[in-house]
Amino acid sequence: MIEFTPRKIQSSFWTILSPIISITITILIGSLIFKILSYPVIESLYQVFVSPFSRPDRIADIFVKACPLIIIGLGLIFCFKANIWNIGAEGQFILGALCAGSFALLFPETKTYTLLISMFLIGFVGGAIWASIPAILKVRLNVNEILVSLMLVYVAMLFIDFIVRGPLRDPMSFGFPLSKVYPDGAIISKVDFPFIGFLGQFHYGIFIILILCPLIWFFINKTLPGFQIKIFGSSSRASEFAGFNKNKITFYVLLVSGGLSGVAGVIEVSANMGRLQPEVSFGYGFTAIIVAFLGRLNPYGVVIAGIIIATAKLGADNAQMVLGIPKVVTGIFEGMLLFFLLAGETIQKYKISIRKTN
Amino acid sequence: MTNNLDSMTFIEIQNLSKTFDQFLANDSISMNIKKGEIHALLGENGAGKSTLVKCLYGVVKPTAGQILINDNHVTINNPKEARSYGIGMVFQHFSLFPALTVSENILISLDEKITKKHLEDKISITAKQWGLPIEPTKKVLDLSVGEQQRVEIIRCLLQNPKLLIMDEPTSVLSPQEINQLFKVLRRLANSGCSILYISHKLNEIKQIASKVTILRSGQVISSTSTSKISTTSMAEKMIGKKVKKITKISKNSFLNSPTAISINNLNRKKLSQFGTELKKISFNVKYGEILGIAGVAGNGQVELMNALSGETLGNPDEIIFEDKKIGNTNIKFRRSLGLEFVPEERNGHATVPDINLTENTFLTFYNAYSKNNNFLDNILLSSNMSSSDSISIINDNDVRCPYSNPLADQLSGGNLQKFIVGRSLKANPKVLIISQPTWGVDIGAANEIRSKLLLLAKAGKAIILISQDLDEIYEISNKICVINNGSLSTPKITSKISATDIGILMGIN
Repeated sequence: MIEFTPRKIQSSFWTILSPIISITITILIGSLIFKILSYPVIESLYQVFVSPFSRPDRIADIFVKACPLIIIGLGLIFCFKANIWNIGAEGQFILGALCAGSFALLFPETKTYTLLISMFLIGFVGGAIWASIPAILKVRLNVNEILVSLMLVYVAMLFIDFIVRGPLRDPMSFGFPLSKVYPDGAIISKVDFPFIGFLGQFHYGIFIILILCPLIWFFINKTLPGFQIKIFGSSSRASEFAGFNKNKITFYVLLVSGGLSGVAGVIEVSANMGRLQPEVSFGYGFTAIIVAFLGRLNPYGVVIAGIIIATAKLGADNAQMVLGIPKVVTGIFEGMLLFFLLAGETIQKYKISIRKTN
Repeated sequence: MTNNLDSMTFIEIQNLSKTFDQFLANDSISMNIKKGEIHALLGENGAGKSTLVKCLYGVVKPTAGQILINDNHVTINNPKEARSYGIGMVFQHFSLFPALTVSENILISLDEKITKKHLEDKISITAKQWGLPIEPTKKVLDLSVGEQQRVEIIRCLLQNPKLLIMDEPTSVLSPQEINQLFKVLRRLANSGCSILYISHKLNEIKQIASKVTILRSGQVISSTSTSKISTTSMAEKMIGKKVKKITKISKNSFLNSPTAISINNLNRKKLSQFGTELKKISFNVKYGEILGIAGVAGNGQVELMNALSGETLGNPDEIIFEDKKIGNTNIKFRRSLGLEFVPEERNGHATVPDINLTENTFLTFYNAYSKNNNFLDNILLSSNMSSSDSISIINDNDVRCPYSNPLADQLSGGNLQKFIVGRSLKANPKVLIISQPTWGVDIGAANEIRSKLLLLAKAGKAIILISQDLDEIYEISNKICVINNGSLSTPKITSKISATDIGILMGIN
């Protein structure tokens, strides 16, 4: 019989060891799968795990890929800490990109960065408005925010599709559903590192994480509103007893989370695409949910989790390009990694002992 | 209670031990229960009573020791096996489905196959036989707590038990219902069924049981006939030291003092499907007065507490504090006026279990901290103030912590309650509204809490005490009223209302 006894104090030994075990198990089972599917095992593992780190520009690309995941994930911390389930970050991301993009296209000749700054604000507002729909419905009518926010993702996808094919389509695009190219003042440029020059697609938008991450950590841990969010999520009756306004908390966490998703959308489009297109997100809003939880709802944890997930995605890309391994196979890797990392939490929280049954 | 089976032992426990992790819950316990004996098991919270009976009922497996039934060694692996040995148990918290009928509830727990119709007949016969009137086709949600307990007892009786274990059966009953229950238990015992009666109410044990086994820290301290031991020495053996009598603080004379808070025709909807609607509740409390609100659990106490605290709101003039209409104001505002609240639920309502005591102090004090300070103090956590306040709450109220500034759920029930009451006192309230202050709290802590309440009233503050514990209500209130099905009786001076009157007001004859 296996017995689980809760640990009173989290074991720091297992906190460090459990992710290592998780990754090892993932590699072992993954090798087995490659073997069964008769792909070269060592080569495959190299592509998935090592190749993303094999060149400086590839390492830089990890950060490019991780950037939207991390920014959305940081926003989701607010919601998930408060036990509000915003599943619609993908839609808020799209709306942020769309609003800011439409605004930028109104000023085609702008070269100054005041445009970019206003786009950040407008993107935030756009995402926040999209999130305010489930927020208002939740607060006023107690409608489940999971369903509303999720359904609004599909509305947002169709909406941007319509806009790009219709009102904002570039007449010079030869029938492709693309908007005109952003003016210079709306483009986030790539970083020209001293001595090294450009590294992959590494752009200035990534630096916003350096500001956001400590700021959000401070807000959650050191301020009264952050305290209220934590208490509300941990015990809603106690938070009412304390006199915290549950409607306000619900409303604001959704707004902030939606707003940050919107900002992520602005950065993604301004740095990597330079124009609006029907597909601006590649599931970032959904993947960020995993990032937020994998990062244990801690801002610094979210940064690390974002990098892990981005690495896995890039590894999968490389494996597909070099060895022709389909993404569904490498997707199993991602799934297993998450599964074992979360299962590893059991070892951290419980003491597991095996006893013989008499 | 004596009969010809008197000398025969039904169940014998030999050196039974149970360890959880490193904690020794039962330390080689030996005792035996004779056939047809009502045997009381007495002990404070955490003394090991529950663990012991869970071992007998097969819920928990003992680490060491033996159990003998009719002189045969047995191992009880699960409740089903326990039932097959003739052991039945009525838990303190009933395991009934409110939406199902009585017979359906019993049907799902029976080990044998039986048709519903047949079962309903059987229930009616058993109910009649033992004097436990119950309607098998009624839904459980329409039953009073006392009736629900009857369902649990009948469920056990249908299996012809040889030993019936009852865990704190009277905590939810009115005085009349307690008498009824005792009659049933005596008849059962006379018919040869042994009863293991768990309680910490000393008078009850004297009244109903012939033998008492006292547990402390997992060990048997004494096992003796109830006729040979006084309630005082039972209490001493139970807590391991002389019982500190409350220094009798004479009740205050408050008649000439001004009214602190008055409740006028307060109505509230039920909080949940199984809640109680409050109907036209009116009463006044003067400064220096303690008003006791008695009543069986589930009659609107939770709804009343929420209405008084401001967690549910109503019309402004439903609640008047001094001359302010506050029926529509939230709990934060009411606190700022000098009202303080101690709700029934300690973990998850009065405190957050997974944050430490400093943060739990901040939880109800943050508004007071920000009052005299600048903007930044409203935003940033003032951990300095809450940490010095929490330390003084801990020291002033003798809250025993396992380590400094522990998480709330690391405190024992009694210590957490002392902390919560202490936190309210620290706010220096004008009116204290407190619900079930000593529920599940050991005698020592309960006495300390009650004397603190008396001292507070002595200092001229008003107290509303909602409690199921009649002894407690009698001990400290100046006036008593009863809440029954959401309505409140007119408050009467304590000396002019008898326990029988209260029982009638509770709606049970």
